[in-house]
Amino acid sequence: MTTINKRGADAAVWLLLLTMPYWLNWVGGYTSLGSRVLVLALAAMSLNFLLGFTGVLSFGHAAYFGLGAYGVGLTIKYLVPNTLIGIAVGVIAGTVAATAIGALIVRLRGIYFAMVTIAFGQVFYFIAYRWNSVTGGDDGLSGWQRVPIDLGFTTVDILGNDKALYFLVLVCFAVAVGVMAALLRSPFGRTLLAIRENERRARFLGIPVDRHIWLSWVISCLFVSLAGTLYALLNNFADPHDLRWDQSGDFVIMAVLGGMRAFWGPLIGAAIFVVLQDYISSETANWMSFIGLFFVLVVLFFPRGVFGIFQRRAAR
Amino acid sequence: MTQLLLFNLFNGLIIGAFYALMALGLSLILNLSGVINFAHGGFLAIGAYLAYTLMPYIGFWGALAVAPVLTAGLGLVVERVLIRPLYGRDPLYSLLLTFGLAFILEDGTRYIWGPATLPFAIPGWLSSPLSNTLFFLTGYRMFMVALVIAAVIGLFLILNRTRLGMRIRAGTLDLETVSVLGINTRILRNLNFGLGIYLAGLAGVLAAGMLGLQPTIGSTLIMPSFVAIIIGGLGSLPGTLLGGLLIGVASGVTAVFFPSASEAVIYVIMGLVLLVRPRGLLGEEGRF
Repeated sequence: MTTINKRGADAAVWLLLLTMPYWLNWVGGYTSLGSRVLVLALAAMSLNFLLGFTGVLSFGHAAYFGLGAYGVGLTIKYLVPNTLIGIAVGVIAGTVAATAIGALIVRLRGIYFAMVTIAFGQVFYFIAYRWNSVTGGDDGLSGWQRVPIDLGFTTVDILGNDKALYFLVLVCFAVAVGVMAALLRSPFGRTLLAIRENERRARFLGIPVDRHIWLSWVISCLFVSLAGTLYALLNNFADPHDLRWDQSGDFVIMAVLGGMRAFWGPLIGAAIFVVLQDYISSETANWMSFIGLFFVLVVLFFPRGVFGIFQRRAAR
Repeated sequence: MTQLLLFNLFNGLIIGAFYALMALGLSLILNLSGVINFAHGGFLAIGAYLAYTLMPYIGFWGALAVAPVLTAGLGLVVERVLIRPLYGRDPLYSLLLTFGLAFILEDGTRYIWGPATLPFAIPGWLSSPLSNTLFFLTGYRMFMVALVIAAVIGLFLILNRTRLGMRIRAGTLDLETVSVLGINTRILRNLNFGLGIYLAGLAGVLAAGMLGLQPTIGSTLIMPSFVAIIIGGLGSLPGTLLGGLLIGVASGVTAVFFPSASEAVIYVIMGLVLLVRPRGLLGEEGRF
């Protein structure tokens, strides 16, 4: 894609996202569906920062997603009923955990790395599941809700107003995506691509590969925990299932569906996933097999995902 | 206290034997084809449900004999159609494919047999305890252990005494050379996959008797199998066996002291193994 086309594509995406609450009802959706797409797209794009651009697969991102969710929930419920502080706590919790865990695991590769990310995820899952008194156990963390944000000159009622919540999510999404895009354009981002393409050669060039992977991991988990906080706010609920490895698997599916190698790929993937899930589950109880089937077909015939189809056409 | 500990230890060994059976099938497939079969649990579920369906016609023993074979047949088809196209590509894709396949299999069983837990009837004489003092030694658990031992011996015999087994072992070491020597590696991988799935189906029939039959039975059991392989070491079948037994026992013993941590402990052990000795207890260096 030429530079002009790419800028045009970016502009189109932002335009669509900015106006989504207004055209979404018209096509049969509803605003909180749009918020949900954005949150999961953020999670998938954060995962893809690590998977598609650094070439490292993690099946344990849900752990930090869940940490963010529980962070904001626990803060609002027990500490201080303030949404922004809750988000900050959730993000910090997820990032600190990721930093510590990342330092331990970054020397592993391939399936070992993926499995150890699952291991940590499962440990967090069982803690959330068993620590009934604090986390509500299997029932999840309920009994709290989004608190309208008091900005001094105005109050943003994210509790009652779906559109307000959507725009809060969009702002967070924009910040996160902007940072990720800037990083990927920078020399740091180029180095990550080099590591993805040929790790050994990168090492021979003197690049401290482990440290780069660790940084990529931390950045990725930071934004995934942000997505987690937004997800919990969206639902007024934090679920231990958000921490399980199959939730991580969902993020991977979204990233691959949309296209791992494209920046906006996971956004498309998340949109497809959420819409399919929403639409099919209202028709039949067996939406899982449809998504599974769709995914299998994509892996077999369109490994570059939906975006890959566009890129192939553009290349001709 | 000792009684309780003994009970849980024994229970743990039995569960561990069962994990080992499932993990062995996974390990077989992984070692030869390099495919991380996330759908293994799904095949386990299919084996269990097929046995359930066949039981009214051919009884428990008939189902035990036939269901794993049918499941293996399904495995052969799946390998030929879905997995073979992906051998040339990045191993990530076969992992993703089996992940999607797991969804399909789990939901498929839910669609065909319904989401409710189904009763799985094991022969009456198997479910009674064998003695009054050692009450936990029910016939069924003993039978499970016996069957796992038989399966492991059978697998060992196939791998070491048959031509197919020899080729599988050789392929695990160097598939390309095996191919150059004139062996049809496509069929070899296909049959190996079928063998692995046979073990999954067998484990499924056993699991149904022990845990009850529901669509999620596969996804519940797939993770401990991976953990067993990682702990035992990739590339080593005895390692997988050991890993399975170890996590079973660890889980059982933890249930005595910290009941709420008994599920999490296997992941803690896996994490420790990966950090201290990544190749696993009996694994070979540099496998991945």
